[in-house]
Amino acid sequence: MTRALNITGAWMLALIWVLPLAYAIWTAFHPAAYEARFDLFAPVTFENFAKAWEAAPFARYFLNTFVLVTVILIGQFILCTLAAYAFARYRFPGRDVLFALVLVQLLVMPDILIVENYKSIRYLGLVDTIAAIALPYIASGFGIFLLRQTFLSVPKELEEAAQIEGMSSLGIMLKVYVPLALPTYLAYGLVSVSHHWNNFLWPLIITNSVETRPVTVGLQIFASIDSGVEWSVINAATLMTSGPLLIAFLLFQRQFVQSFMRAGIK
Amino acid sequence: MVPPRPPIKERPMQRHWIHAWLLLTPAFVFLLAFTHIPALTTLWQSFRTTPRGRRPSRWAGLENYQELISDPIFWKVLGNNIWFAIGTIPTSILIALVMALWVSERLPGRGFVRMAYFTPTVLPMIAVANIWLFFYTPGFGLFDQITGFFGFGQSNVLGSPKTALVGVMVVTIWKEAGFFMIFYLAALQTIPPSLIEAARIEGAGPWTIFRRVTFPLLMPTTLFIGVNAVVNAFRMIDHIFVLTGGGPDNASSLLLYYIYETAFRFWDTSYAASLTVVLLALLALLALGQFFFLDRKVHYK
Repeated sequence: MTRALNITGAWMLALIWVLPLAYAIWTAFHPAAYEARFDLFAPVTFENFAKAWEAAPFARYFLNTFVLVTVILIGQFILCTLAAYAFARYRFPGRDVLFALVLVQLLVMPDILIVENYKSIRYLGLVDTIAAIALPYIASGFGIFLLRQTFLSVPKELEEAAQIEGMSSLGIMLKVYVPLALPTYLAYGLVSVSHHWNNFLWPLIITNSVETRPVTVGLQIFASIDSGVEWSVINAATLMTSGPLLIAFLLFQRQFVQSFMRAGIK
Repeated sequence: MVPPRPPIKERPMQRHWIHAWLLLTPAFVFLLAFTHIPALTTLWQSFRTTPRGRRPSRWAGLENYQELISDPIFWKVLGNNIWFAIGTIPTSILIALVMALWVSERLPGRGFVRMAYFTPTVLPMIAVANIWLFFYTPGFGLFDQITGFFGFGQSNVLGSPKTALVGVMVVTIWKEAGFFMIFYLAALQTIPPSLIEAARIEGAGPWTIFRRVTFPLLMPTTLFIGVNAVVNAFRMIDHIFVLTGGGPDNASSLLLYYIYETAFRFWDTSYAASLTVVLLALLALLALGQFFFLDRKVHYK
């Protein structure tokens, strides 16, 4: 009895949860005439996608997002690895204070400090560049914390063995620690990519041209013109911008879920 | 008694810490430049005036804060944000918990159900908000079509000052619940089945098991999610750009959105700085409060 109730409840909630998305997908694949009228036999069309693709420079937006996400990821991997290694394997004066400063960033994020960060970027003469979108996120407190936790769990015996073989500390980091932390890198990478693919406020503030805008900002500009773009076209554009992430998610669902878990609990 | 292992041979201390500092330098250059220093200059700027035209910035003392206290929009937006937090945080945590409990059981079509719950999480908020905007469209969107089916008239959820904020909250809950579910799922996996089994043998019903065994063991996770949810409630404003633009009449504007408007529409950066200080103070206070308040109730293994 309880079981039947649970199953019904779980499915009801699941259906409610996919409803808005399913509706958007449905309208995107059907002619505008059907956008408010559900008809199982409505003709399927890709025209909405074609219209959206032509109406705004989405190809360029995608390229920008791709470059942005890659730059941030590489930067984060390098900086966070070095810092996490220092915190995990060295004892030095000021370690606790510095680590506390890293943790502060979990609360005081660059997302909130938009006013002052805009001033700094303007001072550097980098307004409206992809580098400007990436800079505040390159050093991630979360990434340092996550990698440090992973590095701490590496058995010391491995390090000792490497030392005996005469490896330098950077060598030990690259050949012993990094390979053992690969699952954490994957997890953090997925979280970081999806976070920065979706990021909106900061890119909105710091960019103002087609050459630098990521897809999120591009979509918002496309959807908010008052020229009466049809809903079916906007929905197509919406799906298009989340498409790569959605497809990646559906293909690697297991890894995604596990990555988010791993990134969260440690 | 086994004697403790001797520590590994320490490398010379001096070289040691120079190494560490070198490793930390690149990360700290960026951390300081874009987090710690701007946080401090925000505080500094909040005591100064915004430079306008030929007039340079000057020391203003508490002027910005006096303006803030007498600014009805600030109080409105702050109230909105508190309601927003109260409305979204417990609901999304509760839904997340229920979702996790359901999905962790044997369930026909579990893969689909889990995917349905989690999908909103991976989509960009800006895209999701567009989908919901369509969903809410008066007379036209699915929301009105469903309520119309049950005989209700047209409703303009986002256009009415009474319901706009609620409309925004629903989208937030929809987006966040699946994300929080993941953490509960992870935590549920770490609970040994023998504990549940033991309780069952003692004759405890499912509700008692949940209340006396599962829920206390999930407390650290709840705390973690809670802190996350609080931060998000004050940070997540992407959907407001799409859904309402803060309107009507600031009915759905939140603190960070107001900061954005003040700084980048009205270019009053000093006033925006003082608003940011309020936001930062609020976040720090909430995080500390939550930590100390909930910490006592948390059951650590």
